[in-house]
Amino acid sequence: MAFDIFLLEVIISGLMTGVMYALVALGFVLIFKASGIFNFAQGVMALFAALALYDFLAEDGWFFAVFGFTLPVWLAIPATGLIMVVLAWVIERTVLRFMVKQNEIILFMATIGLAFVLEGLGDILFGSDVKPLDIGIPQGASDWLLDSFNLYIEQLEIFAAGTAAVLVVILAIFFQRTRIGRALRAVADDHQAALSVGVSLDKIWVIVWSVSGMVALVAGIMWGSKSGVQFSLSLIALKALPVLILGGFTSVPGAIVGGLIIGVGEKLAEVYIGPMVGGAIENWFAYMLALVFLLFRPQGLFGERIIERV
Amino acid sequence: MFYRESGQLKSSYISDQAMFPIAQDRWFVIGVLALAFLVVPFVINEYWANAILLPFLVYALAALGLNILTGYCGQVSLGTGAFMAVGAYASFKLVGFFPEANFLIVLALSGVVTAAVGMIFGLPSLRIKGFYLAVATLAAQFFLVWMFNKVGWFYDYNLTGMITVRPIDFFGIQITGPEATPAAKYLFTLTVVAVLALSAKNIVRGRVGREWMAIRDMDIAAELIGIRPLQAKLSAFAVSSFYIGVAGALYFAVYLGSVEPVEAFDINQSFYVLFIIIIGGLGSVLGAFLGSAFIVLIPILLKNIMVGGMGFGSGMAGHVEILLMGMLIIFFLIVEPHGLARLWQIAKEKLRLWPFPH
Amino acid sequence: MNLRKLTGAAVAAVLALPMFASGANAYELVIPTLDYRTGPYAPNGIPVANGFTDYLNMLNERDGGINGVKIKHVDCETGYNTKKGVECYEKIKNTSPSGALAIQPLSTGITYQLIPKASVDEVPIFSMGYGRTSAANGKVFPWVFNFPATYWSQATALVQYIADQEGGFDALKGKKIYLVYHNSAYGKEPIRTLEAMADKFGYEFRGLPVDHPGQEQKATWLQIRKEKPDWVLMWGWGVMNQVAIKEAASIRFPMDHFIGVWWSGSENDVMPAGDAADGYLSGAFHAPGGGFPVHDDIRKHVYDKGLGKGDRDRIGEVLYNRGTVAAMWTTEAIRKAMEIHGTKEVTGKHVRDGFEALDVDEARLEELGLGGFTYPVKITCENHEGPGKVAVQQWDAKAKQWNIVSKFYEPLRDITGPLIEADSAAYAAENNVTPRDC
Repeated sequence: MAFDIFLLEVIISGLMTGVMYALVALGFVLIFKASGIFNFAQGVMALFAALALYDFLAEDGWFFAVFGFTLPVWLAIPATGLIMVVLAWVIERTVLRFMVKQNEIILFMATIGLAFVLEGLGDILFGSDVKPLDIGIPQGASDWLLDSFNLYIEQLEIFAAGTAAVLVVILAIFFQRTRIGRALRAVADDHQAALSVGVSLDKIWVIVWSVSGMVALVAGIMWGSKSGVQFSLSLIALKALPVLILGGFTSVPGAIVGGLIIGVGEKLAEVYIGPMVGGAIENWFAYMLALVFLLFRPQGLFGERIIERV
Repeated sequence: MFYRESGQLKSSYISDQAMFPIAQDRWFVIGVLALAFLVVPFVINEYWANAILLPFLVYALAALGLNILTGYCGQVSLGTGAFMAVGAYASFKLVGFFPEANFLIVLALSGVVTAAVGMIFGLPSLRIKGFYLAVATLAAQFFLVWMFNKVGWFYDYNLTGMITVRPIDFFGIQITGPEATPAAKYLFTLTVVAVLALSAKNIVRGRVGREWMAIRDMDIAAELIGIRPLQAKLSAFAVSSFYIGVAGALYFAVYLGSVEPVEAFDINQSFYVLFIIIIGGLGSVLGAFLGSAFIVLIPILLKNIMVGGMGFGSGMAGHVEILLMGMLIIFFLIVEPHGLARLWQIAKEKLRLWPFPH
Repeated sequence: MNLRKLTGAAVAAVLALPMFASGANAYELVIPTLDYRTGPYAPNGIPVANGFTDYLNMLNERDGGINGVKIKHVDCETGYNTKKGVECYEKIKNTSPSGALAIQPLSTGITYQLIPKASVDEVPIFSMGYGRTSAANGKVFPWVFNFPATYWSQATALVQYIADQEGGFDALKGKKIYLVYHNSAYGKEPIRTLEAMADKFGYEFRGLPVDHPGQEQKATWLQIRKEKPDWVLMWGWGVMNQVAIKEAASIRFPMDHFIGVWWSGSENDVMPAGDAADGYLSGAFHAPGGGFPVHDDIRKHVYDKGLGKGDRDRIGEVLYNRGTVAAMWTTEAIRKAMEIHGTKEVTGKHVRDGFEALDVDEARLEELGLGGFTYPVKITCENHEGPGKVAVQQWDAKAKQWNIVSKFYEPLRDITGPLIEADSAAYAAENNVTPRDC
């Protein structure tokens, strides 16, 4: 009986961790869907968003220094969202506009340059100390579950799961029901055709990068609340990579499902197989899992790009 | 006006097939090699050797290897760090088994071992391609690094898992370890890199190189005209891994001297070499060197200017350096997306007319 | 030559001396730091670097340097990265006028790199409490000093603390002591010692590795929750510490049975978990807190003049004090070097002798404004580790401060001794080093 509960705990923890990964992966998916760019800077964007949010909330930030007061949480988050929109606009004007028809790999490299710029900028503006982020999300294990059922689940991750669900619903409505969403899907299909029916590529890209920036903000909030806002946050992007591979680079539900599968797979492997081989197998197991899926379904579970077999 | 090939007529097949058919190119390359071999060793000091020239050469070699795979054959690989680790550990174990062996042989054998490993991990390329192939190499990356960290045999069961090179001498001259003079280390590495780079240039000009480029450009058409994808792709993986393995062995033995796998050969290293070839120019031997110069040397240059010249604090200089690197990368990619090698080519084209306007 | 002219010449010469001494070529003592203010470990590297720099600046401002010779502090950013560490070392080792007098790599990986080079370049490495443990054997590593205690001594001290809490070494039989460690050379250091002690005392030992950077440790702590070890030790750095402490608090692991190494016991690590981290323990070899006379001096001579490197209210943090004590021992070694060699213009070679003859006792600590801050340290030719004593400190989440809660344990040299011998012999064999006589 105790063993079963433990297995359940591992699976649920895995699912929760997967959701946290999926939040980061969502940002990647949005940008890849609309512009075909693999945005290496997504992790750094999450870090930058979290840093900006901290700045609005804390008394040792620029906002306080300039304006003399700090914002309450419900104002700070939209304010940071606004910052991400401005950032998206700047990125579009300075980088994307000039790289319209380039090769995928060149675009990827440009986002790497972008990642460095954002990282350096974040360090210079906000410093590289750890910044605790507390916007009221409950921390620690769920006491009720722990006491009643001896089941260990973290409250923050339950909250993250709920947020992710809401986010997916909002994004689904956005893509399916609004005009802009349709325009985004048109651009994802074929840039030239979209241009020819009057869709403004520049505006679309600003919108996509803004939305992705806001998703990055959510991811940054979750991870920042978990372990403080610091440089390591941007390294989570590497963990999101197997999620994208498994779920498909262009699918929002794929990011979620992929995240769940990778999360559970990782944890099960680490807890049950890990001790036999010395531990720390999480990282490569995630990639092996993604690889195995790929061999049977190369475009990922929900992806659209058809992979040519040779 | 000065850079024209008019008047340079070839009268034999051999001279027509020369690597550098234009005389000015030939003299330029000979000049650079002469400078590198004959002048630099006498003016070099430890800082220049250990911090500037050795990393430049080692990374140029690794970039050459990756360029063969990704630039010439079109197979994206993100496992460069792990393959460098294979080369490094192979050289470590070989020196352990045969302490008296000539280090060149050790390097060659390390390359062969890495080529074998590379071929195994390259097998998925026969079924999938593009960015998705990168996944297989990523799996290799993480798995191999984990293996080198975990399995004690690789690091001789020492306490911490770090491997340290023992002092090795090459015909009596120390080339590894602290006693090695900067000139000795530099010359050894330079010789290896120069020989391998010239070989690479020849390989990519030949039949094998053309097969690779055909696979890269249109693999189905290539198969139709009789190029066997299995042979071509696996040979690309093999040759590329050989180069990367030798680079890894040099990185460990000559440049650093002591490495631990999680830091020296992790995914960041793979990305680093990938950045070098993208900035330098995919599908170009010169590109590997230009990219390596850019990515390895510019941060050091920026740091020295900022800390030495402008008196920044080291922390702030570090942040600004990251920012400037990012901006430089974006700038160069906007200006010339095909890399610095293309910029070089354009410059040479313009030189044909200069100083005349048309 | 009559007496008057002679006297006149002598007086003129004496009067002219200050003009030479205060010229642009005045000797300076170059003390470099290899620090990291960028990258994933910056939050922990910054306070150490600040503590170190502030102490040196304080000496310059308050005393005019060491015995009147100004200190020239040179810092170089490594980002905890080995390649940059090598570049920094090569750049600063020959800084004029004195050349680097001691190198503090602040990273185990970079220390391993520099150990072979130090003896050739004649620069002593002071890897205080980190780096290669077997460098304690001064016969094989004459240029490396890792006092006041090494990781292996700390491992034995922590196990002694556990034995005290459990009621003696016999009570350890059958207990489970696990180690959560950073999956790198640094994290793996204590494993062999802990295994040797498991054989001797009969406890069950298991190591749980955590990959860099350690942001995601769910699987590790789920296993701990299932297996319920009696004690958990941690060898972490950077974000791994914070996440581990939070996870431990979440699974309701008793914090007073969770002991971190001295690099896993700073305010940065425990603050994010808030009150839940109350009772967390870590190793220590110096006192926490900013109330010592030396801190007052730093505030007065450095921060009041605007020369402080960090925030004023972070003076006295655990990692800040770590930097301060490192600076203190370095400067005392330089002072000793000047004394032994009878000159103020010391070089790396002299300072190595200074380190080896270092003897900072209680009285001297009082003079320095650090009375009771740490224990007396005496280094000898064969023992570069010094006393090797380690105490345990505990975090009080309500008062937001660390307090030392145990005595200073002597290391179990019958366990660490043979291991040090074996490891240093292996190094000597591989690198053709002949151990010197002491």
